[in-house]
Amino acid sequence: MINLVPSQKMNEVKASINNLAKGMLRPIARKYDENEHEYPKELDMFRSIKIMGGGKKKKKEGEEPKKDEKPAAKKLGTNLSTVISIEEMCWGDAGLLLSLPNAGLGNAAIAAVATEEQHERFGNKWAAMAITEPGSGSDSGSITATAVLDGDEWVLNGEKIFVTCADRCDVVVVWATIDKKAGKAGIKSFIVEKDREGFKLEKLEHKLGIRASDTGTFVLSDCRIPKNNLLGSAEVKSATEGFKGVMKTFDNTRPLVASMALGIARAAIDFTREKIEESGIKLDYTKNPNNISSLEKEFYLLEANLDAMRLLTWRAAWMADNQEFNNLEASMSKAKAGRYGTLITQKCCELLGPLGFTQEYLAEKWMRDSKIMDIFEGTGQIQHLIVARNVLEFSSKQLR
Amino acid sequence: MEEREFSFGLSEEQRTMKETVARLIKDVVADNAHDMDEKKAIPADFIQKVWELGATISVIPEDFGGYGMDYSPIMNAIILEELAYGDMALAVASTLPSMFLYPILEMGTDDQKKKYLPLYCDATFKPCTIAINEPRFRFDPVSMETKAEKKGGSYVINGKKCFVPMAKDAGHMLVAADVSGKPSLFIVAKDNPGVKLGEREKNLGIYALESYPVTFENCEVPAADMLGGDNGCNFEAFLQKTRTGLCAIGTGVSRASFEYARDYSKERVQFGEPIASRQSVAFMIAEMAYEVDGMRLLTWKAASMLEAGMDAKRESYLAKLFAGDMTMKITDYGVQVLGGHGYVRDHPVERFYRNGRGIAILEGMATV
Ligand SMILES: Cc1cc2nc3c(=O)[nH]c(=O)nc-3n(C[C@H](O)[C@H](O)[C@H](O)COP(=O)(O)OP(=O)(O)OC[C@H]3O[C@@H](n4cnc5c(N)ncnc54)[C@H](O)[C@@H]3O)c2cc1C
Repeated sequence: MINLVPSQKMNEVKASINNLAKGMLRPIARKYDENEHEYPKELDMFRSIKIMGGGKKKKKEGEEPKKDEKPAAKKLGTNLSTVISIEEMCWGDAGLLLSLPNAGLGNAAIAAVATEEQHERFGNKWAAMAITEPGSGSDSGSITATAVLDGDEWVLNGEKIFVTCADRCDVVVVWATIDKKAGKAGIKSFIVEKDREGFKLEKLEHKLGIRASDTGTFVLSDCRIPKNNLLGSAEVKSATEGFKGVMKTFDNTRPLVASMALGIARAAIDFTREKIEESGIKLDYTKNPNNISSLEKEFYLLEANLDAMRLLTWRAAWMADNQEFNNLEASMSKAKAGRYGTLITQKCCELLGPLGFTQEYLAEKWMRDSKIMDIFEGTGQIQHLIVARNVLEFSSKQLR
Repeated sequence: MEEREFSFGLSEEQRTMKETVARLIKDVVADNAHDMDEKKAIPADFIQKVWELGATISVIPEDFGGYGMDYSPIMNAIILEELAYGDMALAVASTLPSMFLYPILEMGTDDQKKKYLPLYCDATFKPCTIAINEPRFRFDPVSMETKAEKKGGSYVINGKKCFVPMAKDAGHMLVAADVSGKPSLFIVAKDNPGVKLGEREKNLGIYALESYPVTFENCEVPAADMLGGDNGCNFEAFLQKTRTGLCAIGTGVSRASFEYARDYSKERVQFGEPIASRQSVAFMIAEMAYEVDGMRLLTWKAASMLEAGMDAKRESYLAKLFAGDMTMKITDYGVQVLGGHGYVRDHPVERFYRNGRGIAILEGMATV
């Protein structure tokens, strides 16, 4: 039965994570914005606190996910609880959330597809994810990094850019092709330990926002890793099944990015509301929008869009918790949240006037931070492509 | 009270109702919406068929002639969206009695309930209506120019209302008027000599729905007919429900425009391929898709709060603001995707565009 009133449990999670974010992240947000590339050592305490879901148990061989096993009222699904937590953490600081130890994108991939033995070896490592290359961004199926089996070792070559947590991580999940002719089916992911010979962190980027998060380039030159560092199964699946499997993890991670946009936008909205109310304007949600100031009306519209972003995001997460296929809804949430997170943070700066331009406050930072949410994990346009193909029932050939 | 599970899923009952209304709309409206609009009339049997669903009177207690079922703002939102998906004029017309009956049911005195509810709990649809909107610049339901003044045992209402649906045939209307700074509602019989009906209005949209301007000239009503009695009613609560109702209608109209444009863009070939194969068109379709969903979820959120007995002032207000804005954007896209063909009345998108303008402008046209 439809019920969109958050449960007590949801409110509790929100409140406790908000406390954490308020106490731990907000106070150091500006510090690491200014000291790009410096490791936020304050985050070490988070090694023992799981925020990003994680800890997902590997499914037993042949075990079907139980369809009718819906979380009961009191229970809260992992995905929903994670998006709620991420919103709060990013309300504190998004760059810092992305720098939480052992919570990289690579960790999500390992949690999803690693073998028992790989869980043992890498489960407690901080894992980054390296897909993007200089010549391969949105079209991740076109990557050119190679992996060649030589005896008991894979030999990797190529260049990976824009790797989040490049400096701080312990291992990197690297995408490479083992068979160029096989196209997407030949793409596999490999766990590369940072200290492997031939694996070099070339540089760290200087960015518009999320400066607390390090982003770097790796060069692989005849980098040798053990055969069993290939993540998951080695066989080249006939069709593009393997690649699709990897892409499917995006259905779970896109709502997470959407909730990051949500957290930043809410931070901006909360701060703007505070300033509006300090100035003596009472936001009472009553008068016909034609009879209020344009500032109030614009602010209300931002709030309405923020709520819409959240509901779309929560829906995608809720579906994942209930084992419903959410490819469309996941992309909807990111398309909406990526775009409107950007617009909301921009608008808040405008409504704040000079307070929105000065570094004395965080509003200007939120506008910079938010922009990435419409870029990584599939740009806004890519999300629109996915949504459009879904609703039009068009293949990627019919809509390129 | 046991906490209800947080859920985006329709219950069996909700799904069945949604499908039932959808089927009815398909059978009844089908291709008639265009004709209704052109002829500026809704055939009485269409309204009767929707009435026979029993949604309006189902929640009225058996003592007053209803079925005494649980009142559910969410269910009402689901029904309204489906009706408006078929036709906005029909959606407003066929649920008009709810606009009159629900406020009485929720906020009326015992005498008011006894007197008025049974009148309309009938197997046959009997029009009754509501007069809220006023024909003036900067109209605002929270500060009305229509005034009611207490004189002895009566109230005397003076002022002008517009867009009063089906006023000509309605037996009663609920009239919103200001009583010394406080918005209030009055139950007014249509044959009250102080009620003056104007000529049927010609509007931008919802052509099929008859509507009238109504002038109140020293219209005297017994004090007992002020909704809620001496203390008046909770006008704020009333607004929350009507605003949420309009959002459900906006969702239905928007979805109709989205689906029509989506299907058309797959069929229409230019430059050797369906126009939907071009991103500039496809991305509009994508945007329409998630904004429709966003609007529905905001509506359901407000309705969920109302259903839980919570104050939904903020949520219903924001939902209506969003719905007003987005319905315009979506129905505009609908016309744009069809190009010149969207501008001529052969396709429904032009009607959706005209109708959609009402969501932001109108107040009190539907309720959950
Ligand atoms: C701070 C940061 C952190 C990152 N972290 C990681 C990470 O940890 N791991 C990782 O692998 N990558 C990471 N990335 C890379 C990120 O995922 C890519 O930047 C992103 O996928 C876009 O690729 P691109 O930059 O090459 O842009 P391009 O793909 O070149 O796109 C340029 C523009 O063209 C548009 N475009 C491209 N193709 C289409 C199309 N078919 N239709 C319509 N428009 C299109 C795009 O939307 C975009 O606007 C990160 C990037 C940044 C900036």
